[in-house]
Amino acid sequence: MSQKPIDLIVQALQQKKIPFKPEGETRGSIEVDKSKLVETAKALKEIGFDHVKSVTGTDYPDQSRIQLVYHVSSYDIQLSRVIVALKTWTSYKEMSVPSLLPVWGSVWTGERETYEMLGVTFEGNPDMRRLFLPEDFEGVYPLRKSFKIRTEGLFVDKSS
Amino acid sequence: MEIDVVPISGELNVGPQHPGSGHMRIFVKLNGDIIEDAEIDPGYVHRAVEKLGENRNYMHLIPLVERPAILDSINMNLGYILAVEKILNVDVPERAQYLRSFSAEISRIASHLYGMGILAIFIGHSTGFMWGFGDREVWVQILEVLTGARITNSYIIPGGVRRDLTPTVVEMTKKAISYMRKKMKDWERIFLNNPNIKARLQDVGIMTREQAIDWGAAGPNLRGSGVYYDARKAEPYGAYSKLDFEIPVYKEGDGYARTLVRFEEIEQSLRILEQIIKDIPEGQILSDRFFKQIPPTRLKKWWEGQKRIVLPGYYASFRPPKGEAISRVEAGRGELVYYVVSDGSAKPYRLRMITPSYRAIYVMKNLLKGARYADLVSIYGSLDYFPPEADR
Repeated sequence: MSQKPIDLIVQALQQKKIPFKPEGETRGSIEVDKSKLVETAKALKEIGFDHVKSVTGTDYPDQSRIQLVYHVSSYDIQLSRVIVALKTWTSYKEMSVPSLLPVWGSVWTGERETYEMLGVTFEGNPDMRRLFLPEDFEGVYPLRKSFKIRTEGLFVDKSS
Repeated sequence: MEIDVVPISGELNVGPQHPGSGHMRIFVKLNGDIIEDAEIDPGYVHRAVEKLGENRNYMHLIPLVERPAILDSINMNLGYILAVEKILNVDVPERAQYLRSFSAEISRIASHLYGMGILAIFIGHSTGFMWGFGDREVWVQILEVLTGARITNSYIIPGGVRRDLTPTVVEMTKKAISYMRKKMKDWERIFLNNPNIKARLQDVGIMTREQAIDWGAAGPNLRGSGVYYDARKAEPYGAYSKLDFEIPVYKEGDGYARTLVRFEEIEQSLRILEQIIKDIPEGQILSDRFFKQIPPTRLKKWWEGQKRIVLPGYYASFRPPKGEAISRVEAGRGELVYYVVSDGSAKPYRLRMITPSYRAIYVMKNLLKGARYADLVSIYGSLDYFPPEADR
């Protein structure tokens, strides 16, 4: 095939007016507002991206917000070479984003984990319960930067 | 055959100490012996690699990231290094690429034998369990001679690998390949063509092609459902673009198809190993950029003497540029994804690892619904699910 898969995606997304940023031949990213998240996800699914590899939340305490990255890819032979990062932000004040579970079933585990580790609520996901943490876990969400690991410092004088 | 279901509902905890659950609890709602709903509760072995990753230097993370699946540690190691290399922008010498594929394939065979052994003991086939672990030992010993550690190898480092191939390793691998070829026939006779195994696995836990795609299954589970996808073909890393191998795919989508896929992948891995032994080029095993930083006295003692790399001092605390990288490798159980965000400091700002077993949580939850209680262990075993890998 003469045309690279990334070019096809760029064309298809331009028609739908989605801001796609290609990064090399097999990677690309889209950054959208969270109100447009479901819409963008549906557009990606129409092109042929059929599963989400990971849902990642990254805490940025200096900006008081959390970035969510959905790594979307496909099991189609041509499209499978490309991974698209669908990015969105949510602020500390309003910790909720619409769930993508109706679009991709494969976000189930990732959304549940992001909820318990970072405290982002996914509206529309019926399983917003803890998955990995113990039931009686207390304190801030563990993957926030404000969560400090307690060390015993047996051989170190200063406490870290 | 008519099945009479006694309509008695009940709830049952499988695990966390159940022999069929590993370190995991499965909470099943039963109706008669049909599972109506299954709640999977991993987290009993949570070791928080992602959080610890934000508190360690890149180099110090290598032994940590391979812990979640110690039986497949080379692949866990490789995936992480590929992501770090993308951020660092390092070139890897050809010989190191071949050595990476070499160790990864040995690790894959060992991982599949482990998986088949566990499946065998789950469904009451003790011979399969002992054979699986016995045959695995052969490959573990090769890795031991090659890398210096039995299971947590920490063999692959940014820019290359730690040790060169020695004539002993080549000799051992040749012996192991012919041993495994002979043993595969035995496996086929006693395990795959065993009527009991067939009865327990065929038409159990059927996952259609559409379901596998929607639930985001990975690896042999996905290929057992008729999807032709393998990270080694989709995005070749190591030396895979130069090697000739096939991807076994089965359409049935039941537990038996998943086992067959794994079995045939062992054969393909043996083929790859043969090719690597034949074709491996001469040359460096560490990128020039790092090789030049090793002091000459150390080079003389270790590299010229024993063909080993002693890490240059810069390694412990290198600071990669700002950026992010996502890498994928095909580990034994399926696709393994690492997402690393760097903010320019010596520690990763965010390390995300998506292991194949993590993606199997949702698959297993869905497959268990509507299955018979006796099939719980068959479905569990046939997915090759490894709890510590799932909750990382």
